[in-house]
Amino acid sequence: MELLSGADMLIRSLEDEGIEYIYGYPGGAALHIYDALFRQDKVKHILVRHEQAAVHMADGYARATGKPGTVLVTSGPGATNTITGIATAFMDSIPMVVLCGQVASHLIGEDAFQETDMIGVSRPVVKHNLSVRRPEEIPEVIRKAYYIASTGRPGPVVVDIPKDMTTPNERYEYSYPKKVKLRSYNPAVRGHAGQIKKAVDMLLAAKRPMIYAGGGVILGQASEQLKELTQMLGYPLTNTLMGIGCYPATDKQHLGWLGMHGTYESNMAMHHSDLILCVGARFDDRVTNATEKFCPGARIVHIDIDPASISKTIEADVPIVGPVDAVLKEMISLVKESKEKPDAEALAAWWKQIEEWRAFHGMRYEPNSDVIKPQEVIETLWRLTNGEAYVTSDVGQHQMFAAQYYKFDKPNRWINSGGLGTMGFGLPAAMGVKLTHPDDEVLCITGEGSIQMNIQELSTCKQYDLPVKIINLNNQALGMVKQWQDMNYESRHSQSYMESLPDFIKLAESYGHVGIRIDKKEDLEPKLKEALAMKDRLVFLDIYVDRFEHVYPMQVARGSMKDMWLSKTERV
Amino acid sequence: MRRIISVLLENEPGALSRVVGLFSQRNYNIETLTVAPTEDETLSRLTVTTTGSDKVIEQITKQLNKLIEVVKLVDLTEGAHIERELMLVKLKATGSQRAEIKRTVDIFRGQIVDVTSSVYTIQLAGDSEKLDGFIQAVGTAGVLEVVRSGVSGIARGEKILSL
Repeated sequence: MELLSGADMLIRSLEDEGIEYIYGYPGGAALHIYDALFRQDKVKHILVRHEQAAVHMADGYARATGKPGTVLVTSGPGATNTITGIATAFMDSIPMVVLCGQVASHLIGEDAFQETDMIGVSRPVVKHNLSVRRPEEIPEVIRKAYYIASTGRPGPVVVDIPKDMTTPNERYEYSYPKKVKLRSYNPAVRGHAGQIKKAVDMLLAAKRPMIYAGGGVILGQASEQLKELTQMLGYPLTNTLMGIGCYPATDKQHLGWLGMHGTYESNMAMHHSDLILCVGARFDDRVTNATEKFCPGARIVHIDIDPASISKTIEADVPIVGPVDAVLKEMISLVKESKEKPDAEALAAWWKQIEEWRAFHGMRYEPNSDVIKPQEVIETLWRLTNGEAYVTSDVGQHQMFAAQYYKFDKPNRWINSGGLGTMGFGLPAAMGVKLTHPDDEVLCITGEGSIQMNIQELSTCKQYDLPVKIINLNNQALGMVKQWQDMNYESRHSQSYMESLPDFIKLAESYGHVGIRIDKKEDLEPKLKEALAMKDRLVFLDIYVDRFEHVYPMQVARGSMKDMWLSKTERV
Repeated sequence: MRRIISVLLENEPGALSRVVGLFSQRNYNIETLTVAPTEDETLSRLTVTTTGSDKVIEQITKQLNKLIEVVKLVDLTEGAHIERELMLVKLKATGSQRAEIKRTVDIFRGQIVDVTSSVYTIQLAGDSEKLDGFIQAVGTAGVLEVVRSGVSGIARGEKILSL
């Protein structure tokens, strides 16, 4: 058997795990590991400019590919800088392994230089964390970390590696475990047959059914099954912000997404439904509005891999714990076998009602001949990229506009921080996607507030040649904060203006990229085309949009799903 | 409602802090907590008493089960069970009080485990109500110090919590 140092075992374990890229930043406690990286060429390291960005890069990669991302940082500040990224991945159940250097074992607890209790600090925002206690256990710890991160309900796993675990001149027998078994961790592999049968019976008997799908469909790679079941039944479907792309947005059975800024027709249909089939979603507060007023006439079937997501906020009538793809597959075969068919008459009446809602409002905004509307930027991008781009976003109004007006027909293409709402996510996430999807169009839709939270990564983009397109919807304000201040604080715009904005064009140029400013409506399409035509360049598009635009629909606070503002003046 | 949840936990560093952290992160109550290794040295048994609505208790058990190091758990209050708590009490005991305290200790089936000319140290085991009852009976005025172990519990009959 081969003898390797702890550091070499670590890198070899990553190679054996099939890890191609890791994102990170070196420092004292991780130097043995960085030396091991230097002496091989299988695992490629991407040097970011801030550790938070490394985590978002790994996250973007994971969301686009479904595979776990990998981060490597040093102890202390290197480790703590990853926390926002880890929390982002945790809230959205993204598989990821974060390898953190740590001071040598004998120094732990002595307030050594760059010492932080990373196991303690990260505990509330990880699926699990592991410490390496003996160098020879490194391969097993790494195998365990990836196994836990990527199975069941995925999530980030932190591995804390004291420096003396990776000492170069101490060598150990290396073998990478093929399998790992944990007696205390056994994610469900299929749903309960009786519950599934019950759910199908209820589904077929429903008069006003709604399918409500979430990010779990994308994480569980169950889009095909969801589509098959939905189309077989002919039922309307909505999805969450995290579920965007799990079902084709341009299909007529798709009502758009639901919740705080969801479509009028989705929220109305949810509220009036008599049966909700929830697939891999979690009745988040941005979806349900006031829980006591949530969908009063609906019975609820809830499929989720995580039992703790079921009946957490909204009580499920039929809980089904299991992987969504396996459960949906069983439901499909039961529907096929069943003598019962959906009630055609009731369904026709239900669709008639839904079409009326769709006709009443749908997704709309008032175009203006003088100023560029943020929505029309997104619509134009959607058209110019044939709806095929990978789109990452930051957080705020631009995120909502992107989600509303870019119609995603495929999963894994809409990449945003839905749960934690992390500004600064968009650019590094886009980089993580572009690195492994060089031939695809990768757009980062952002605002002048968010982009400045990780702007330093323009440098990383130059180093690794990552020609993403940055769409900066510049309204010279923290738009969503300002919108809330308009609606709830009599327009007292406390700290929501961005003064002293940089010249983004010169900024992009100074990093070696292309900057284009768009402030005239007639320039929008030609300049977007010009930017998209520059396949091998990063283009920063600084687009001056309507400063007064709000995101609508918007649910009325503490109301039911059907209580919405449709514009600044219309409330239903 | 008050619940007693018994947990088999991997006997590893950090496992306990995950359980305790979970309760504070998710705003659940801990009334008492006991933990010690079992006859299988790879496992610890942890008993936590908590209060909450049925919905909250369901979430607590689900969230505990999600912790990777939690191997198995049971809500003992769902069935017949035995609960015990150990209490050590130091009482001021002088003059005629000494006989009175001795009688009360006998009634509660406790033991005087240490004696000085002015202090009795008493050991008492039972459910939490019984321990409360003893303190009430002797009166808080004479109580110098109380230490309680927190609740341990086990199901009645054939039911066992093991791997």
